[in-house]
Amino acid sequence: MESLNTQVIVLNFELKGSDFEAAGEASSKIKLVLQQIGIRSDVIRRIAISAYEAEMNVIIHAYRGKMKAEIFSDHTKITLKDEGPGISDIKLAMQEGYSTAPDYIREMGFGAGMGLPNMVRCTDKFDIESSVGIGTTISMTVCHNPLTIVGQ
Amino acid sequence: MKISEVVSRLQLGVAAGNEQLGRDIDSGYVSDLLSNVMGHAGAGAVWVTMQAHQNIVAVASLTDLAAIIIADGIMPDPHTLAKAESEGIVILTTPLSGYEVVGRLYGLGITGP
Repeated sequence: MESLNTQVIVLNFELKGSDFEAAGEASSKIKLVLQQIGIRSDVIRRIAISAYEAEMNVIIHAYRGKMKAEIFSDHTKITLKDEGPGISDIKLAMQEGYSTAPDYIREMGFGAGMGLPNMVRCTDKFDIESSVGIGTTISMTVCHNPLTIVGQ
Repeated sequence: MKISEVVSRLQLGVAAGNEQLGRDIDSGYVSDLLSNVMGHAGAGAVWVTMQAHQNIVAVASLTDLAAIIIADGIMPDPHTLAKAESEGIVILTTPLSGYEVVGRLYGLGITGP
């Protein structure tokens, strides 16, 4: 799971679609490691929120996915690659309030159409690529010592 | 204001997180949409909701909330409580409606983020 050297801590997770029981465990583990190495709490919060939103998207929409966190001394990069239905119109998906989540997911309070906008708001760099019928890849970077606090 | 004081003023049930009741509540937020909470509730907020499934624990933990109040007499299931205990998350319960809870919290000086 973990490899540690002086430059980077790498955490790898396997995510399973519709596994709401384990949902959030990967993000919680990332948060714990960031706390252990003494990253600022407001920065940890932004990484944790964006990681959780991205993790939940895989649980809600995809069949399975891989999540990777690379923690450097000055920034954290999180990458998620899923096998799933993909997103046909990314611009539309990025709009607040737009969601394709089914009703039973919405009843749990997910699928508000806020996940992608929250990820953008909490990160310093956000990239998304998707192929319909194949899957979606998201990559997010958060700097550990921002000069200005993003999103607040 | 400390969580313990809110518990006694609103006569809330403590379902999980007894050891964390000394923490301060900095603000309040009400929503049943998890992403709204993650996007808008501040660190140290008390979150009023009717959601009682186990994913509320991850939301509270990752967003660094002070406590969750589950309104309308809804009781969290054992999975939710076990997860909350293991992550040190405070879950409070009340027969009051969400509207009533928020009104009383505001009356105690706990405002939005």
